[in-house]
Amino acid sequence: MNWWETARAGLEAVRSHRLRSGLTMLGILIGIAAVILTVGFGEGAQAQVSSQINALGTNLLVISPGSSTTGGVRGGFGSASTLTRSDADALASRVVAPDVAAVAPAVARSQTLAVGTTTWTTSVVGSTDSWAAVRSRKLSSGRFLTAADLSSDAAVTVLGPTTAQQLFGQRDPVGQVVDIAGVPFTVVGELSSIGSSASTNEDDQAIVPLSTALARLVGAGNGSVQTIYLEATTPQTISAAYQEASGELTSLHHLSATATPDFTITSQQSVLTTATSVDRTLTVLLAGIAAISLLVGGIGVMNIMLVSVTERIREIGLRKALGATPSAIRRQFLVEASVLGFAGGVLGAALGIAGALVLPHLASVPVRIDPGATVGAIVIAIAIGVGFGVYPASRAARLAPIDALRSE
Amino acid sequence: MSAATGFVSATGPAPILELRAVRKSYQMGSFRVDALRGVSLTVAAGEYVAIMGASGSGKSTLMHIVGCLDVPTEGQYLLTGQDVGAMNEAELAHVRNHRIGFVFQQFNLLPSMVAWRNVELPLTYGGTPRAERRSRALQALERVGLADRVEHRPGELSGGQQQRVAVARALVGDPALILADEPTGNLDSGSTAEVLTLFAELHASGRTVVLITHEEDVAAAAQRVVRLRDGVVIGDERRLVTAP
Repeated sequence: MNWWETARAGLEAVRSHRLRSGLTMLGILIGIAAVILTVGFGEGAQAQVSSQINALGTNLLVISPGSSTTGGVRGGFGSASTLTRSDADALASRVVAPDVAAVAPAVARSQTLAVGTTTWTTSVVGSTDSWAAVRSRKLSSGRFLTAADLSSDAAVTVLGPTTAQQLFGQRDPVGQVVDIAGVPFTVVGELSSIGSSASTNEDDQAIVPLSTALARLVGAGNGSVQTIYLEATTPQTISAAYQEASGELTSLHHLSATATPDFTITSQQSVLTTATSVDRTLTVLLAGIAAISLLVGGIGVMNIMLVSVTERIREIGLRKALGATPSAIRRQFLVEASVLGFAGGVLGAALGIAGALVLPHLASVPVRIDPGATVGAIVIAIAIGVGFGVYPASRAARLAPIDALRSE
Repeated sequence: MSAATGFVSATGPAPILELRAVRKSYQMGSFRVDALRGVSLTVAAGEYVAIMGASGSGKSTLMHIVGCLDVPTEGQYLLTGQDVGAMNEAELAHVRNHRIGFVFQQFNLLPSMVAWRNVELPLTYGGTPRAERRSRALQALERVGLADRVEHRPGELSGGQQQRVAVARALVGDPALILADEPTGNLDSGSTAEVLTLFAELHASGRTVVLITHEEDVAAAAQRVVRLRDGVVIGDERRLVTAP
């Protein structure tokens, strides 16, 4: 009896016990669907976190002032005002920092914006014309700040979409005037939305020229800034840019190599790594639970195959009397078990994919279907069928034909 | 009848099966059951033999050994000249497949398969190609008078018809020996007559039939009756049977 005949016999046995086969498959099916959904859920969450973090700016390095020590009291990070515009100008030099593509120094203050009687309190960021490029932001209308705006201390602003919505409703804000801390600013552009990230709402802010902010809003005459954003030329040069910026600031600030630096450089990469590793742990946990459910499904297959062997002792005896070799019987039961595994795997994959398509609409959680995990799950299902079918199959094959025929 | 002869007689028909002082014991818990205590028997090609005995006489054990479903504890069993005692499981399966056609009391048809699929079963284990299997199964069913029932499942057939399907299955591989174990035990008298007629026809067409029964009138259809009691042969009579 060749493999094709054996496969047919196995399929017939599965078909002729529909309810039992269906229930057995259900175990595998739920296990596989759970694996696909949990892996998809984990990957979807990871992708969402990375896209949110990437949305803050690709290849981005953020320099913050370090801690200040005043009379023995150590302030937190960002409490010192050690960063200045000239630091930013130095880092913008291609000679000093060849791996830095753009530099944007920034200050931020919470201010109240007013249009007529409508007011809205938000973060007003003073920065340069390169801010949009460094932070990977696009405009939905109007223009961004220009070098001319900076050199002329122009009273112009670019609003985030949420800010514009709050102040102007559905109206186009470009060309309108908004009062910021009592100073009238002309809106020249509106940023397009990137969605809110966990910590800050990137869609709710107003960008003004740094020079204007320092002169009219912040009142810091010494030219110190709160943050310097750096953009590395490529993702591969982030660490080179980090080294260059760190070295340059150390020498500009006259720090010895051993002293605690008065600035901190963080990269989005490190934030991303932390966030994705948390998600990965979650995925592994969920996949572990799914794997246990697969194991339970596999034991279900073994259970049913053992019942099937017992129930069909007469059939096995008859087949042996008619000339079936032990290996033919073993193959028949293995095929039955793997058909159950395969069918359960395919149906489970279909259910998992359907769930992955429907779930985001119901619960607004991102689920990404991983083709590798899907194929892997089906392969695992077949392996479970074969693996857990081996013992019942060899029991069937070992049955003596007379004992088998005698049983009633 | 000599059980000791090792050669094939030049004059008589070659023996299909030859049992030489066969013993079979089972261990039933703490005590030993001797089901067969030295049975010697030779059946020549073309014979129609009934093996008779009461329950516990050892006839079922004898049938299992003759059918290569079991091997003797002692003694020798030659089927078409081959020593069955020395064979492993796979070889026994091959012998059952090619040399023996079984008919059981319980019919033992697979309920999920239609008649012709049941009949072709021995051929699938023999490696016969698909198309040939079907045509041979249909021929065998025609031979037992069930040409119009080939697509019926066993549940849709009467007992007599089911047993005829089983006879067709026994015939399909063209075995040297047809071995029937109480083939009429579950049949009414009408169906019994049908099945016995079938065996008589098969015998008339030159096949070797060994039939195991405990009913005198069933054994009466055979040409030769071997009687067993307590694991030994107590009678072996030949008689003339008028061909149907």
